[in-house]
Amino acid sequence: MPDTTALKGTDAPATAVDAPPATDAGPAPGKPRSLWSDAWHDLRRNPLFLISMALILLLAVMSIFPGLFTSASPRDANLAEHYLQHPNWGHFFAPDWLGYDGQGRSIYARVVYGARASITVGVVVTIAVTITGLVIGMLAGYFGGWIDTILSRITDVFFGVPFIVGAMVILTSFEQRSVWVVILSMAFLGWTSIARVARGSVITIKQADYVVAARALGASTTRILTRHILPNAIAPVIVVATIALGGYIAAEATLSFLGIGLAEPTVSWGIDVSAAKDQLRNAPYVLVIPSVMVSITVLSFLMFGDAVRNALDPKMR
Amino acid sequence: MGRYVARRLLQMIPVFIGSTLLVFLMMYALPGDPVRALAGEQHVDAAQIAAMKADLGLDQPIWQQYLNYLGNLFQGDLGNQIGTQRPVAEVIADAYPITVRLAIFAFVFTVVAGISLGIIAGLKAESLRDRGLLGLTLVLISMPSFVLGFLVQYFFAFQLGIAKPNVSLEPTNTELIMPAIVLASLSLAYVARLTRTSVAENMRADYMRTAVAKGLPRRRIIGVHLMRNSLIPVVTFLGTDIGALMGGAIVTEGIFNIKGVGSLVFEALAKREGATVVGVVTLLVIVYLACSLLVDLLYAVLDPRIRYA
Repeated sequence: MPDTTALKGTDAPATAVDAPPATDAGPAPGKPRSLWSDAWHDLRRNPLFLISMALILLLAVMSIFPGLFTSASPRDANLAEHYLQHPNWGHFFAPDWLGYDGQGRSIYARVVYGARASITVGVVVTIAVTITGLVIGMLAGYFGGWIDTILSRITDVFFGVPFIVGAMVILTSFEQRSVWVVILSMAFLGWTSIARVARGSVITIKQADYVVAARALGASTTRILTRHILPNAIAPVIVVATIALGGYIAAEATLSFLGIGLAEPTVSWGIDVSAAKDQLRNAPYVLVIPSVMVSITVLSFLMFGDAVRNALDPKMR
Repeated sequence: MGRYVARRLLQMIPVFIGSTLLVFLMMYALPGDPVRALAGEQHVDAAQIAAMKADLGLDQPIWQQYLNYLGNLFQGDLGNQIGTQRPVAEVIADAYPITVRLAIFAFVFTVVAGISLGIIAGLKAESLRDRGLLGLTLVLISMPSFVLGFLVQYFFAFQLGIAKPNVSLEPTNTELIMPAIVLASLSLAYVARLTRTSVAENMRADYMRTAVAKGLPRRRIIGVHLMRNSLIPVVTFLGTDIGALMGGAIVTEGIFNIKGVGSLVFEALAKREGATVVGVVTLLVIVYLACSLLVDLLYAVLDPRIRYA
C-alpha cells in the first residue's frame, strides 16, 4: 500500500507543474487523498503559489531563450553614444528601456541575459546538494551506529565552516571561474542542512510498521530505502531544498558582486551591481535595476518554497 | 550537568579539527601560490622561490604542514603573515574588535526587532497585520545584503544626507548602526518568522487556555507563559546565527568600507596568505561551536522538562 501511494505521490507534482493533470478531479469523495495530491489541491488555490510559479516560468524562459525578450546584445558597448544614458521608461522592451550602463551597454539586455547564470547556478546547486544530502542523510539515519557517527561528524565539520567564506576560499584558487566552478564549490559546502533534515526524517520513518513489514517480508535494503523510505521521507527535504534555492541565487549574486564568483564575459546580475557601485550617486538606476532582478528572482523562489511548505506541513491543517 | 558539558566539549574536538583541516586543505591543496603572489609582476627565478618555500615550510607534504599548523595552534601560535612578517594572531586581534562590535549590534537588533515583530504577527495569526509582516519579512529575506546595503546607503547618505556613506577608520557606535541594520536584516526576518509560527502554534495550546481561564493578566500570559514556550526554536536559530552574522559581516564590511575581519580575509585571499585565512576561519568555527553548546544549555533554562544527565 505505501508503495502505490508513494509512486503516485512522486509523479503528481511533476506532471502538475507542466500541465493540468487529467486526474484533476482527484480521488472519489470519501477516499483519503495522499499527502501529495492533498498538497496539490491546496496549492492550485493559493494565489502566492500561482504568482511565484508564473514568475519562475518567466525567468526560466528568459534564461533559456533570452533572444525572445530583446534583440540587443548584452555585450555591445557603445561608450560614445550611450554612456550612462538614462532610462526611457516609455520604450517598453526596447534596448534603451532601462537605460545604459557605464560602458554604454543596454541594461535591459544585460538584465535579460543575466537570468541564465543565476537560474543555472540556483537550480543545479539545489539538485546537487539535494542528491548528496539525501544519500548521506539516508545512510546515516537508516544504518545508525558507527556509520551515523562518522557521517554526522562529517556533516558537522562542513556545517561549521561559514558558507560564504568557504566558497570564497575555494573560488579564489581558480583563475578561470566558469559557472561550473561556482556550482561545484557551492554544492561542496551546501549539502549539510539537507543531510540533517533527511537523517531526522529517515530516523522517524524507519520505525514505521510498513518498513518493519517490508523487512519481515524479505525486501532488500536497497528496496526498502528506495521504495519505502525515500518517498515517505522526501517531503521535508523538498521543502528545505525549494527554500534553499532562493538562497543559492542570492549567494551567487553576492559572490559575483564580491568579484570572486562569476567573471566577465559571463553576464551576471552580481557583476553588474558591483560594476555600478561607483556611480551610485549620479546614476542609481544602473545599480538598482539588476539588484531588483536578483531580489525578484529570490523572492519568487522563496514564495514558491513557502507555499509548498504550507501545503506539505500537516501541522498547518 | 557538568558531565554533559564535558561530553559536549569532547565531541567538539573532532569537529574542530575536521573544520580546520577542511579549510586548510581548501587553502593549500588547491592551486594558488603565496610566494608567487608575493612576487607579483616581478620576475623571480625558480631557485629563489624554492628557497623561500623551504624557508616557510611550504615544500613539505600537506599533512606534515597541517600537523605543524595544529601543533602551533594549540600553543596559541597562528603563524606569521608571509608579506608583512607580522604574527597572524596580532593581525586578527587588530581587526577583530570592530567586527565583534558590528556583530553584537546586529545581534541585539535581530533579537529585539525580530522577536517583537514575530509576537505582533503571531498573536493574531492570519490577520491583515500578520500577513503584512510576513510579506515584509519575505521581501527582507529576498534582498541580498549588498542590495539592501546600497539601498540604505543611497537613501540615508545620498538622498537624505543623515548618514555618511562610509564609516571612518575608527568608527563610532553611531556610525556602525546603519551597517548593523543591514547585517541584521536577514536574521531579523528569519527570527520574526520563526517566532511568529511558534507563537501562533502555542496560542492554541491548553496551558494558554488555562492561563486565560485563571484570569491572569494578559501581560503575564504573553510575557511568561507564551514566551517561555515559544522561544525554544528561536533560541536554537539565534545560536547558529551568531556564526552566520560573523560570516555575513564580510560582505557588509565591504559595502561600508569597514576595516574588520572581513576586509582582512579579502586581502589575505588575494595574496594567498593561507595562515591568515585559516586563522580567521578557525576563530569563526570556535565561535560557532561555543554558541551551539550555549544554546543546548539554554534549553534546560527555558524548558525545565529537559534535563542533562
